[in-house]
Amino acid sequence: MASNHVHHGSTILTDGIRAVNIGLAGFADPIRAHGGACTQVQWQPPAEGDRAVGLRLAYLEDDPDDRAGALVGRANAEAVRRISEGHPVAVDVRTAADVIPGMTSRTLLHAGPPILWERMCGPMRGAVIGAALLEGWAATPEEAGALAGRGAIDFAPCHEHATVGPMAGIVSPSMPVIVVENQASGNRAFSNLNEGIGKMLRYGAYDETVLERLRWFATTLGPVLGRALRSAPVDLRDLTARALQMGDECHNRNVAGTSLFIRAIAPALVRTAPADAAAVLEFMRGNDHFYLNFSMAACKATLDAAHGLEGSSVVTAMARNGVEFGIRVSGTGDAWFVAPASVPDGLYFPGYGAQDANPDIGDSAITETCGIGGFAMAAAPAIVRFIGGTPVDAVAFTRSMYRITLGRSPAYVVPSLGFVGTPTAIDVRRVVESSVVPVIDTGIAHRAPGIGQIGAGITSAPRGCFAAALHALGRRLGVEAAA
Amino acid sequence: MAGIVRQRVFKNTYRDSVELMRIATEVEHLPGITRAGIVMGTEANREVLAQAGLLPAEAAATRASDLIVAVAAESEEAGTAALERAAAALSGPARPDRGAEAAVPATTLHDALAEMPDANLALVSTPGTYATAEALKALKRGLHVFLFSDNVPVADEVALKDLAERKGLLLMGPDCGTAILDGVPLGFANVVRRGQIGLVGASGTGLQQVSCLIDRLGEGVSQVIGVGGRDLDERVAGRMTLAALRRLAADGGTAVIVVISKPPAPAVAERVMAAVRECPKPVVVNFLGWAGDGTAASASTFEDAALDAVARLRGVGRDTLALGTPERHEQSCVKPRLAPGQAEIRGLYCGGSLAGEAKLVLRRALGDRSAERVTVIDLGDDEYTVGRPHPMIDPRLRNQWIVDAGRDPKVAVILLDVVLGYNAHPDPAAALVPAIDHARREARTAGRDLVVVASVCGTPGDPQNLQRQQATLTGCGVWLAPSNAEAARLTASVLTGAAGVMPEHSSGASRPSPGDHAGNRHGV
Repeated sequence: MASNHVHHGSTILTDGIRAVNIGLAGFADPIRAHGGACTQVQWQPPAEGDRAVGLRLAYLEDDPDDRAGALVGRANAEAVRRISEGHPVAVDVRTAADVIPGMTSRTLLHAGPPILWERMCGPMRGAVIGAALLEGWAATPEEAGALAGRGAIDFAPCHEHATVGPMAGIVSPSMPVIVVENQASGNRAFSNLNEGIGKMLRYGAYDETVLERLRWFATTLGPVLGRALRSAPVDLRDLTARALQMGDECHNRNVAGTSLFIRAIAPALVRTAPADAAAVLEFMRGNDHFYLNFSMAACKATLDAAHGLEGSSVVTAMARNGVEFGIRVSGTGDAWFVAPASVPDGLYFPGYGAQDANPDIGDSAITETCGIGGFAMAAAPAIVRFIGGTPVDAVAFTRSMYRITLGRSPAYVVPSLGFVGTPTAIDVRRVVESSVVPVIDTGIAHRAPGIGQIGAGITSAPRGCFAAALHALGRRLGVEAAA
Repeated sequence: MAGIVRQRVFKNTYRDSVELMRIATEVEHLPGITRAGIVMGTEANREVLAQAGLLPAEAAATRASDLIVAVAAESEEAGTAALERAAAALSGPARPDRGAEAAVPATTLHDALAEMPDANLALVSTPGTYATAEALKALKRGLHVFLFSDNVPVADEVALKDLAERKGLLLMGPDCGTAILDGVPLGFANVVRRGQIGLVGASGTGLQQVSCLIDRLGEGVSQVIGVGGRDLDERVAGRMTLAALRRLAADGGTAVIVVISKPPAPAVAERVMAAVRECPKPVVVNFLGWAGDGTAASASTFEDAALDAVARLRGVGRDTLALGTPERHEQSCVKPRLAPGQAEIRGLYCGGSLAGEAKLVLRRALGDRSAERVTVIDLGDDEYTVGRPHPMIDPRLRNQWIVDAGRDPKVAVILLDVVLGYNAHPDPAAALVPAIDHARREARTAGRDLVVVASVCGTPGDPQNLQRQQATLTGCGVWLAPSNAEAARLTASVLTGAAGVMPEHSSGASRPSPGDHAGNRHGV
């Protein structure tokens, strides 16, 4: 009895073969020819060919059946949830010393990972001098420098105090700061007020016009905005979402965000401070970047809620101090992972060039960490002109960020990509594996203090930070030995 | 008209009004929906909804940043379905839509899984240094793994197989050349008809030979599961062989199982045999050259394994089965004129396991004489493939060896394997012809005959087509055998002077069981 008829009763893969082909492209042919589906991976050695790092990465891959893999998977899902649900609302403007946790009368907060006076770059030193003059700690720039040099100022990263500041990011005790409340989780974040473009403290300028403006911030702009916001809080989740659909990416382009903010706050301003409203509105109108610091504080409030989840490989901060680029990761506690900061690629104002540029500086990369800024470049094609690119390049930048992120923002969507949510929750594992690094829109500061912004452009996070973070996470989860 | 109004509020979700109108239109066109409105929750918008009859008195309060979806429906089901559709549309695509720009290719498993979230199998053929990490990630993500890469440390292999075992997944490899899962060929596999014989094997070309011979005998395979060349050595201890055996034992589509390997370490052989004895289905054990332990059907060659498996499946005696006679050229009937001193056999193989089988059969056929007369070389061995493609893909290295053998006055027979199937050379027989012609011409010029014997491991369904390959070879005077074992026996018969009777022996229909007296049959 011959059994020549065909039997199809045998199955291993109940839904048919759905294969991922990692390597030889020819292996996809028989699968496709026999009714299976196959996705080709254009494989490259992970972690730039470092086998040990590649293995550590594999051991940290999600896996519900494995202690470390399950922990990482769960923690990251929670991080994505918290970032997605983050609901930042601007509720007040208050004096830094009164609201920023851990701020003493001798504290100066600065941008980026920890750094002391000796190693600070020109613009940051200039801003420190300006702040010391503003606070009355010193009468002359020389005195201020000496003060900083002998350790009489307590320097600390903004990020370690729920605060973010663009460029030098210097926040001194008497400065007014925006108070943003994350209504999803109750935490608060802070940022100083944006001074405008040009010779400003955040670029290391400290002449009398700079200090005069900052005094006006403390006496008028801050208190007036604070009163208005207390009477009419501004929903920053909503405002950022709208601005993204109006051509902003809410980092290096803030025209729409600033306009929307003025529209939102104007009635309350007029109501609560009729005498000063015109001057305040005039100032905001004259500064296209006024919304930047709100955007940054909103992102910080959102990301801080996702920090400290044991096992999570999600990046919760990217920041630069003008010397080093540093990141913090949800599952590695307070540690910073740093690498040398590079000079951004960009366009310069007339008379300046790359030789004048300070290496990357500022906390504003918190926007990219949150999935806007460079990550939402497809929503703001005008930005890409800074590097001579086209709207197609802008879309490509955003697309490539999906490779290194775990979430799609439910709040912030990109019309040109079919209204997909922006790429959010950067996963250290994905960065190390793919060698795709976060893209960051940025202003460029002159390397000498006090000259100010000399251009703008695009930069990327150095790979080394992410490899170091992965290493630390692996050690913390006890998977290092396995490699 | 009696209808219902249903609402859902999405807190803190902003979308542009044009986008909301588009989604509302889409929802309004759903069956059973009379009206739909999707708006931000401002007072003005609530008023619009109210006027449209879409805002019941009891509707929850909203803020300007909240998004309201409201539908008037003919039924509860239609209303619920419409709200679900709106929610899906609002959540947007999972991935950015493909624009006019070139699609970004996946460069990692993670990327690929974003494109194909329901993937169930990963094929890994990266350099061995990186293969462990790729296989590990795939297993952790719940995929079966076909691990073609070699040079994977044995400790990694053990760890990967333990993980696969815990997860109920197959880890086929490392150094796994072939598999057929659910009728789909993987790697270097032949197009074999589907049937009821399940194969588990540590040998790539062994699996190919057995599956092709099963096809030739009119049967087919349920699954062909490669386990990697080291699976049955002491360190790996048959982990995946045993797992595959259990899987096939439980598989409703498998009636007979064949296990194929080099002879394993004794302790491992005992573990496998214990599993075989417990298996509720007939299992043919084919440890190449192994006589068996008397407890289960043991086939010592691939040919034996195929014949035994088909005989078990059909419930017939093996002597009723025939592998069939490939076409032979006239020349093959002519007894070769061997010059004095022409007494050696040169086996030039691309399949390592086929080379092993040929050595075994030649040793049995020629006894003590084989040692000095037989040289069988596996040109696919690492020793020969450093820095160049495998001879199954690139014929140049073997062709050079064929030409060299033709110049060697001691060589009487060149024995070859020709392996078909996916990813092998697109026309391997034709690629051999120039070298064979060259070698035979030089030998003839020097006044001697040179016999070339070959078998083709393939099926009519293979991309290269079995019949076409066989015709090419007979066309240039090659003596063809239906199996590699038979080719080896034919080769031996040239030395023993029995080659002239070959045509009678070519019909497998009346011959005794192969394997047991192979040496005598052609030698006497």
